[in-house]
Amino acid sequence: MKWRDPLLLIVVLLLLWQALYFFAGDIALSSPLATMRRLAQMLGDPRFVPHVLETLSAFLQAFVLAVLLGLAIGIALGAHRLTGEVAEPILVALYSIPKVTLYPIILLIFGIGMPAKVAFGTIQGVVPVALFTMNAIRNVNPVFNRTARVQNLSSIAWVRDVLVPATLPEIVTGIRVGFSLALIGTLLGEMFGAQRGLGFLLMQAMSLHNMPNIMAVTLLLVLFAAIVNTALLGIDRRLRRRSGAA
Amino acid sequence: MTGAEGGDAHVVLSAITRVYEGRPLDLALARGEFFAVVGPSGCGKSTLLDVIAGLARPTSGTVVFEGARVEGRVPDGVGVVFQEDASFPWLTVHDNIAFGLKYTSVAADEALARVDYAIAFMGLTDFRTAYPAQLSGGMRQRVCIARTLVQKPRLILLDEPFGALDQQTRLLMGDELLRLWRETGATVFLITHALDEAAMLSDRIGVMSARPGRFLEIMETHWPRTRDSTIVGNDDFGRLTSRLWTQLRGESIRALGHAGAVGVNQ
Repeated sequence: MKWRDPLLLIVVLLLLWQALYFFAGDIALSSPLATMRRLAQMLGDPRFVPHVLETLSAFLQAFVLAVLLGLAIGIALGAHRLTGEVAEPILVALYSIPKVTLYPIILLIFGIGMPAKVAFGTIQGVVPVALFTMNAIRNVNPVFNRTARVQNLSSIAWVRDVLVPATLPEIVTGIRVGFSLALIGTLLGEMFGAQRGLGFLLMQAMSLHNMPNIMAVTLLLVLFAAIVNTALLGIDRRLRRRSGAA
Repeated sequence: MTGAEGGDAHVVLSAITRVYEGRPLDLALARGEFFAVVGPSGCGKSTLLDVIAGLARPTSGTVVFEGARVEGRVPDGVGVVFQEDASFPWLTVHDNIAFGLKYTSVAADEALARVDYAIAFMGLTDFRTAYPAQLSGGMRQRVCIARTLVQKPRLILLDEPFGALDQQTRLLMGDELLRLWRETGATVFLITHALDEAAMLSDRIGVMSARPGRFLEIMETHWPRTRDSTIVGNDDFGRLTSRLWTQLRGESIRALGHAGAVGVNQ
């Protein structure tokens, strides 16, 4: 029964996609079946796989950097209340502005290629991880720290046994949001300043109006994002349910 | 008036000031004594507990526990139960209760035996693998009390531990606390808002004034050590509660800042 609702949702989405295809026709999009067939062909093409690996490599680097930097910034700002209060509006403003506006600066600094893609993905992903981490540390229930003091916990034991478990649910939520944004950032980086990767292929297909290719690459990305997000959401919900927050 | 009887002082507070900007506060608790503090909101009861525990430093004066000065850290042998729910939501009931023992030299099998005993004693046997989110407020507080007690503290500091519970549960928890107190022989220092709770549980009750807090009176209850919540029907209990309220009514009104409005003669 656990799988019934997601399966039903997938069937409904496929039906909507098919209906939209009937309504809009080949010019606007390709059918679900044709898209899946095209994706299978592409995955079997040895020239396509390096593009997938390029994107995957750029994204993983960006994601890891976003998480590490986000955690470092979030911990620093969460631990020092005044710095956090000064930095929070700046971070929120950075979170709100379209990061594409920063792209020319990134290109000037890193040039066209992998470093620019990684930098763009990192910039997109780092802010939610930092914001959620900062708030998680700020919101640790003071009575937990008082309990740790009563037990005379060492700093290491306090971090390991109180701070980390107390902040983990909120940090995982930040990582989940950061994951989606780092993926978007990496692809945007590839679309506007790269010669390899799925974003580059997407841009190329768009300029040639190759609808089956656009749809096949998009489907691959959606599948990847959906699978990882489902896994992260599962961890997120498990942690929150345990702490009674959901 | 503020000294422990018989000279066997377990905890001694000398000339303590902090928020109590008025007269310095002196108090001595006898070993194995059950001492309660009542007073209006904001009079500094919880701060007094923090000072005794070593969680806050007094502005002046000293706290001595078992002959050693309390300075900046909670001494071994002191357990604290807070008013707020301090159970860790990420740990099961069993692991919450065992939490403090991890950092002591208690052997693993002894620790396990103590936790099992506390779980049974607190009526949590069916919930040992449950998380706090699955428990009622009263059960969570029992988990916190058990977590403190498995470490066998010689001084137990309780900051309104039953504040969030309904009256029936409070009375029953009071019985459990008295049973624990008798079994362990620990000295208990209880902060409470509830006058009946103080009257039922304590050997002595310190009545604090509105800020700046000081002891207006320390009352002796003269209850037998084997008491339980059935004493609430006792005439002496009624007289004691009434006397406590007589002392505190004016102070509580003063703390609320309403004296003029309700026309109290002080």
